[in-house]
Amino acid sequence: MTTEDDDHAITAEGLTRSFGSRQALAGVDLTVSTGTVLGLLGPNGAGKTTVVRVLSTLLLPDGGRARVAGHDVVREPDAVRRRLGLSGQYAAVDEKLTGRENLYLVGRLYGMTRRAARERARELLRRFRLEEFADRPSGSFSGGTRRRLDLAGALVARPPVVVLDEPTTGLDPRGRADTWESVRELVREGTTVLLTTQYLEEADQLADAICVIDRGRVIARGTAADLKARVGGERLSLTVPDPGHRATAHAVLAALGPHLPETGERGDRLTVPTDEGTLTLERALAGMRGAGVAVSDVSLAPPTLDDAFLALTGRSHVPAETGEPPPPVNAGPGGRGGAEQAAAPAVAGAAGGRGDRA
Amino acid sequence: MTTLTLAGRDASIIAWRNLLNLSRTPGSMIAAMVQPLMFVLLLAYVFGGSLGGDDYRTYLMGGIFAQAVTFNAAFTALGLASDMDKGLVDRFRSLPTPRMSVVLGRTLSDLTMSTVTLTVTALCGLLVGWRIDAPPHRAALGFGLILLFAFAMSWVGATIGLTARSVEVAQSAGLIWLFPVTFVSSAFVSPAAMPGPLRTIAEWNPVSATATAARDLFGNAPPPGVTLGDSWPVRNALPYATVSALVITAVFMTVAIHRYRRITRG
Repeated sequence: MTTEDDDHAITAEGLTRSFGSRQALAGVDLTVSTGTVLGLLGPNGAGKTTVVRVLSTLLLPDGGRARVAGHDVVREPDAVRRRLGLSGQYAAVDEKLTGRENLYLVGRLYGMTRRAARERARELLRRFRLEEFADRPSGSFSGGTRRRLDLAGALVARPPVVVLDEPTTGLDPRGRADTWESVRELVREGTTVLLTTQYLEEADQLADAICVIDRGRVIARGTAADLKARVGGERLSLTVPDPGHRATAHAVLAALGPHLPETGERGDRLTVPTDEGTLTLERALAGMRGAGVAVSDVSLAPPTLDDAFLALTGRSHVPAETGEPPPPVNAGPGGRGGAEQAAAPAVAGAAGGRGDRA
Repeated sequence: MTTLTLAGRDASIIAWRNLLNLSRTPGSMIAAMVQPLMFVLLLAYVFGGSLGGDDYRTYLMGGIFAQAVTFNAAFTALGLASDMDKGLVDRFRSLPTPRMSVVLGRTLSDLTMSTVTLTVTALCGLLVGWRIDAPPHRAALGFGLILLFAFAMSWVGATIGLTARSVEVAQSAGLIWLFPVTFVSSAFVSPAAMPGPLRTIAEWNPVSATATAARDLFGNAPPPGVTLGDSWPVRNALPYATVSALVITAVFMTVAIHRYRRITRG
């Protein structure tokens, strides 16, 4: 173990991986400091699951290197497997086995004695409030309960590093809240967590640092605050109810410069980034009044991660293919209209050196 | 612990889990019991009736044993494919268990199933008039040989299950090869009646050798009118059946474990 490995529970350098002609990873670099949570944020097909599969030794990379808890994922897969708990995207529980038997099975395959595996299963059932399901076949569980059982399975061997692939996809708000609490508890115990998510709020809530991944590359990294700051200033948003006034309203906002306004999906909401806060707000309202444009629902808010994502990828954030709506984002009404076109302000492309976690 | 003892330990844990699964899936248990029953009744009365009555029924049993356990290879293919489909293989692969233990666990639990199949088949055989006419140690050797062959076929099933792209493909691919393999043999009819190349294949088919050796060990002589010929595999049925089962096991174990290592789905 080198000193760097003491600081970083996970490091990946230049990971590449293709499936046929499709390049899933085009050179991914990331580091996760020991005892912290890294959120790997990106839309479907960005390469998040591929990163997870490489780090958890399920998939060999074509190129690049990765170390988990001081061990190389390609050269020392068994050492990595002993130190990493994985909870995959689809809760991998044996439906015919009970909750208790599932955990016992995993414990035995970690080399525990029968007795130790039974005892550990009991502890985890208690910790994850699964006792009432302990002796029922897991095929009868709800989605949230299955995920809890799967997560418990990942923790059987008390691994110092835990990787969670979209831990809340498909869960109801209650299941999501439960999972978040479990992740926070892991962190309190000193576990290093890498979690992937399509939900901006999830990364914002749980992660100490965020890597935004798109098309197999990390396109931005930093804390949630860093990312928001890089998108710059605030967002002025307003609604123009009368369709006849919208072109005029757009022109008024554009005249404020330097950023161009974006039109929301429904066409009635305009958003413009601004670096001058309330001054812009006053000018905009004065301009609207002068042009005879009626506006409503005016807001001035700091950028959300959605705004950051839009600015970084040039695309709006696309929610899960399951049609599951993303959780509500705790932010002002502005900014998340899902604009068709990116305004892409000054923030361009990938940046950030390695290990730039705050 | 060496890798091999660890693999053995973990494989027995996986086998326990597989058997627990099977015992909670009454459908597959029933299929495993009814299938041999069906083979015995169909073959004994449909073929047996026209080909020589009681003598032929007794003779048929060696072939039915070999066929019934061969068909269990389909369970191996299906079991592994559905574990992959449900993400359980990923879970197992993320654990520090030797690569071979999951596949070995599956072939071992299917070997247990083959023991059940064999017992049911033998009981049905006794009902239709089959008798063992040999000392107990030879009869035991006969059952042992059939189980060794079952284990070999299970590794072929494992390779199919791990290669198939979906559970549906594993289900049909895992079944379809069983028909030519078991029927182009001397399990039920004399190869002498088959056209040239088919006849050679039937003579060298390990299913034929296993059936012939088992009949010999059970003391079931061919009835009048059935001639197995005088080819080398017929004269050396027991050693040939044993060696071919071992070679098939070695080859397909290697291929299946290699496939398991290289699962790259997702």
